[in-house]
Amino acid sequence: MSEAVARSNRSDVQSSGDAQSRRFSASAYAICARGIIWREALRFLHQRERFVSALVRPLLWLFIFAAGFRQVLGVSIVPPYQTYILYEVYITPGLIGMILLFNGMQSSLSMVYDRETGTMKTLLVSPLPRWFLLVSKLAAGVAVGVLQVYVFLAIAWFWEVRPAWQGYVYVLPALVLTGLMLGSLGMLLSSLVQQLENFAGIMNFVIFPMYFASSALYPLWRVQESSPALYMICQFNPFTHAVELVRFALYQQFNLQAFVIVVGCTAAFLGAAILAYDPARGTIARKKRD
Amino acid sequence: MADQAQDSTSSAPFALRVDGVSHSYGSRKALDNVSFTVPQGSFTALLGPNGAGKSTLFSLITRLFNTRSGEISILGYPLRGQSTEALRRLGVVFQARTLDLDLSIRQNLIYHAALHGIGRKAAEARIEDILKTSELAERLGEKARNLSGGQLRRIEIVRAFMHKPRLILLDEPTTGLDIKSRAEIVSEVRRLVEEENVSVLWATHLIDEIDASDRVVVLHRGTVLAEGRVEDVTEAENAETIHDAFTRLTGLARLEGARQMETLR
Repeated sequence: MSEAVARSNRSDVQSSGDAQSRRFSASAYAICARGIIWREALRFLHQRERFVSALVRPLLWLFIFAAGFRQVLGVSIVPPYQTYILYEVYITPGLIGMILLFNGMQSSLSMVYDRETGTMKTLLVSPLPRWFLLVSKLAAGVAVGVLQVYVFLAIAWFWEVRPAWQGYVYVLPALVLTGLMLGSLGMLLSSLVQQLENFAGIMNFVIFPMYFASSALYPLWRVQESSPALYMICQFNPFTHAVELVRFALYQQFNLQAFVIVVGCTAAFLGAAILAYDPARGTIARKKRD
Repeated sequence: MADQAQDSTSSAPFALRVDGVSHSYGSRKALDNVSFTVPQGSFTALLGPNGAGKSTLFSLITRLFNTRSGEISILGYPLRGQSTEALRRLGVVFQARTLDLDLSIRQNLIYHAALHGIGRKAAEARIEDILKTSELAERLGEKARNLSGGQLRRIEIVRAFMHKPRLILLDEPTTGLDIKSRAEIVSEVRRLVEEENVSVLWATHLIDEIDASDRVVVLHRGTVLAEGRVEDVTEAENAETIHDAFTRLTGLARLEGARQMETLR
């Protein structure tokens, strides 16, 4: 072992300058990312209640809310739909968005929890770049969220929400992108929240407004009819565009506007979150006792 | 010893060098111009009552916080600029328990190895290597939840050694443990230090954890009051024991171990 150390020290001296990037091979990065995702998957398997409740929530909306509103809300033919559709069909992309929204916030909640218990410290002390650690963590959360969506879609199929089979494939990238956007938003929030107790407030002030002021529950033209102001708000809500991206993808169509907005928001949220977790500038450095 | 000699030829006589470091939380100054070193191969105790600034110092050394004034380097690599090189040579045992209680011991250790880019196979081999004689080796498959506080701490120490660091940081590792577990932990760390030939910075407020041959850094209210070998510090203060020297240095009332200190925080 002593030889190895000596040798590695010598090579460090030679490569000093940009030693940072040269030292870890691509496979070390892969091992690290896999390890983070693997841990998240293990934790997920240990928390079956979390999985069940994540599914029950949208299913209640689908089975009860949508059934009740079917008569009240007529949905005319709007793209991407080519015929009159049931309200259950309309609301499904919104519920997918809801799953990803809750999942994104849940992973950020777990980051606050990790910070309080100190597990976050062991993650951040890793010598790999911090942005990489955070992105891996984010990817782990997205993987869990996407899994939940597909289980939900499978159940919804029996409820006569049946897009063409290609739709299930097309929707995958839209799900990943939406998951990344909402996950990085959650991560950003987690860096701003000092304590676990404050988190309930954030949930109320983020999840519900985002969900209701969007196209998840009703088409925007209906919103515009009743309140132009609310229509504006919905337009500025990134969640609206995430839902539309998923909606179009589920019917094998690409919504460019939604795509650009979701990508832009993801970049902004993620950039801000990485900055917030950066020891030099971040909000975590200002915390009293972490 | 051979190891040490080779390491020191690589222009880094110090495993850790803290140079003029200050840190404040708002207007409260937690560390004020703190400087000290941990020479290669040494066991250095960072001695100070609660609130002395030990945890802040640890947050800076582990780069959880950025060092705003002063410089910290690990094995010659400054945290500012070469943090990757510095951090990969560092193993940490935090004061708070940081194992995932729902995962097994083995899973916890493999996860940690992955964070350092070490694959599963290498990690398994390393676990076996460290735990070869320990009874904990048989409990690797158990959930961390089933272990006692002392056992969890020992696993955290194993975890800190997983990636073969050259410097180990321990932040009050025996807090909240009974006397027997405390003794086990102290001897476990000393055994690993000997076997792996690493340097140690051991933060504590328990004087009985320090050996006569150790080095000691006395930190009080964010400043370093003394640094050196235990006997030198004792002698410099004209004291009989390191305990007396500590009492004189800090001006704290005579204390038996830790208990009273905790109330001083």
